[in-house]
Amino acid sequence: MVDPTNKTPDNKVSPPERQYPDPKAKLKKDPPTTGHSWDGIEEYDNPMPRWWLWTFYLTIIWAVIYMILYPAWPMVTRATSGILGYSTRGEVAAEIARFDQQNQVWFDRLVETDLDDIRADGELQSFAVNAGAAVFRAQCSQCHGTGGAGVQASGFPNLLDDEWIWGGTMEDIHETVRYGIRNEDHVDARWSAMPAFGQDGILEEDEIDQVVHYVLRLSGQQADATLASAGEEIYLANCASCHGDSGEGDSFVGAPALNSAIWLYGGTYEDIRYSVVNSRFGIMPGFAGRLRDAEIRAVASYVHQLGGGQ
Amino acid sequence: MSILKHHKKIETHATLLLVLSFLVVTIGGLVQIVPLFYLENTIEEVEGVRPYSPLELAGREIYVREGCYTCHSQMIRPMRDEVERYGHYSLAAESMYDHPFQWGSKRTGPDLARIGGRYSDDWHVQHMIDPRAVVPESIMPSYAFLMNRVIDGRYIEDLIRTYRLVGVPYTDEMVENARADFLAQANPDADHSGLLERYHSAQTRNFDGQPELTEMDAIIAYMQMLGTLVDFSTFVPDASR
Repeated sequence: MVDPTNKTPDNKVSPPERQYPDPKAKLKKDPPTTGHSWDGIEEYDNPMPRWWLWTFYLTIIWAVIYMILYPAWPMVTRATSGILGYSTRGEVAAEIARFDQQNQVWFDRLVETDLDDIRADGELQSFAVNAGAAVFRAQCSQCHGTGGAGVQASGFPNLLDDEWIWGGTMEDIHETVRYGIRNEDHVDARWSAMPAFGQDGILEEDEIDQVVHYVLRLSGQQADATLASAGEEIYLANCASCHGDSGEGDSFVGAPALNSAIWLYGGTYEDIRYSVVNSRFGIMPGFAGRLRDAEIRAVASYVHQLGGGQ
Repeated sequence: MSILKHHKKIETHATLLLVLSFLVVTIGGLVQIVPLFYLENTIEEVEGVRPYSPLELAGREIYVREGCYTCHSQMIRPMRDEVERYGHYSLAAESMYDHPFQWGSKRTGPDLARIGGRYSDDWHVQHMIDPRAVVPESIMPSYAFLMNRVIDGRYIEDLIRTYRLVGVPYTDEMVENARADFLAQANPDADHSGLLERYHSAQTRNFDGQPELTEMDAIIAYMQMLGTLVDFSTFVPDASR
């Protein structure tokens, strides 16, 4: 033991022979000290706990094993790939392939079966509706609502009722989902545009007023009788070619029916007037390319059985 | 453990200690720094990725300013369920011109990496104004004020220059035409040939339906191009990345 009061160079830099911990050493009753002494206070030099030391050595060994098995070291053009040949992309591709393989028999059946015959095949219909529901929730629900009710008076159609702008048969729904509506990315997309009768100066202010009242009467709402009667002629000349003589609509050109209480953009005087003046129509993306054919058929089946399928 | 005893020599010789410490730091530094020189190699080359057009870039700035990244990620992880819901997993190249990238770490809202083309502009406008009007279960705040904030691209050239400074390959031509391109993209009546030549597949239309060019136009232009640049019908992923 060095005398701490003795201010020699020895006391500062030359402690007694350092004792190194032996991993195998047992905890001693009176363990060795580090040899340092400050005002008589000394520091024990116990060996590190063995479980800790061995765990530490194991992690080093594991690191070496890992580097051999898995991608690890970045090299000049790419990282070492490891002898297991693991890759995240490979794993996700295999995972997707595994699920595809399980569903393939159903996908094939869906694609092979005529659209209108899917319903008759109970087993297939059950698969289609469930698969379609999953697709619907991920792809369609943001606009058409989680339950398919759309967004009232905002231009996002309700899929639960019997009104169909572009037709409600399996074939119609399937085509709509596949190519979209006014979708510029696909030539086969359904397309039509109502003229902006006010904006483009096709009709005068008072003519618009009259035709709006006529449409109000068509849909069974309160309307000014004189204005509505005056609007009939304007309606027949400008609107009837698409919306039909009695406002029954035409799903071939995507013209909504006007003789019911169901409105895409609201059915009040102001709403109808806005539509006549500015023209309003929605856009739906096409899902060809985004979804596989079987999924498009499945979601069409799901939508068809929601309530209003024709 | 006799070798450890020599450690005392190092501890008691200042110069030796300095030299050896320097050596250790050098090795550590090399291991950490050298791979960064090869960073370019780690980004797979993907056809189609281009720098943002001025309007898209402005939209991206708004996205960052409003903190959208705190609730929305832009990173589709390579997992089956994510690929099924959002589309092809994200590639490093797709955010190579993002400074900083917007991968995010939290999904209070859905991932937006492939939001482009999924909804109509009209949907985006209604959703930004009142998210619950279209998605009743949403907890997103309203961003209706974007409709009222008219932007004129006064500083867009500076912004493009800044991005060029940090490594986005904007050409002189792109910088010179920054403001013209900025104004043209949201104007359906403008001549878009130059814009489309500089920024392929840029979408040009009046995004928010208002005559003025507003922040809403910019953010929707940004939303509608997210994840659409790479054509995944022809892209073959390098399997071992």
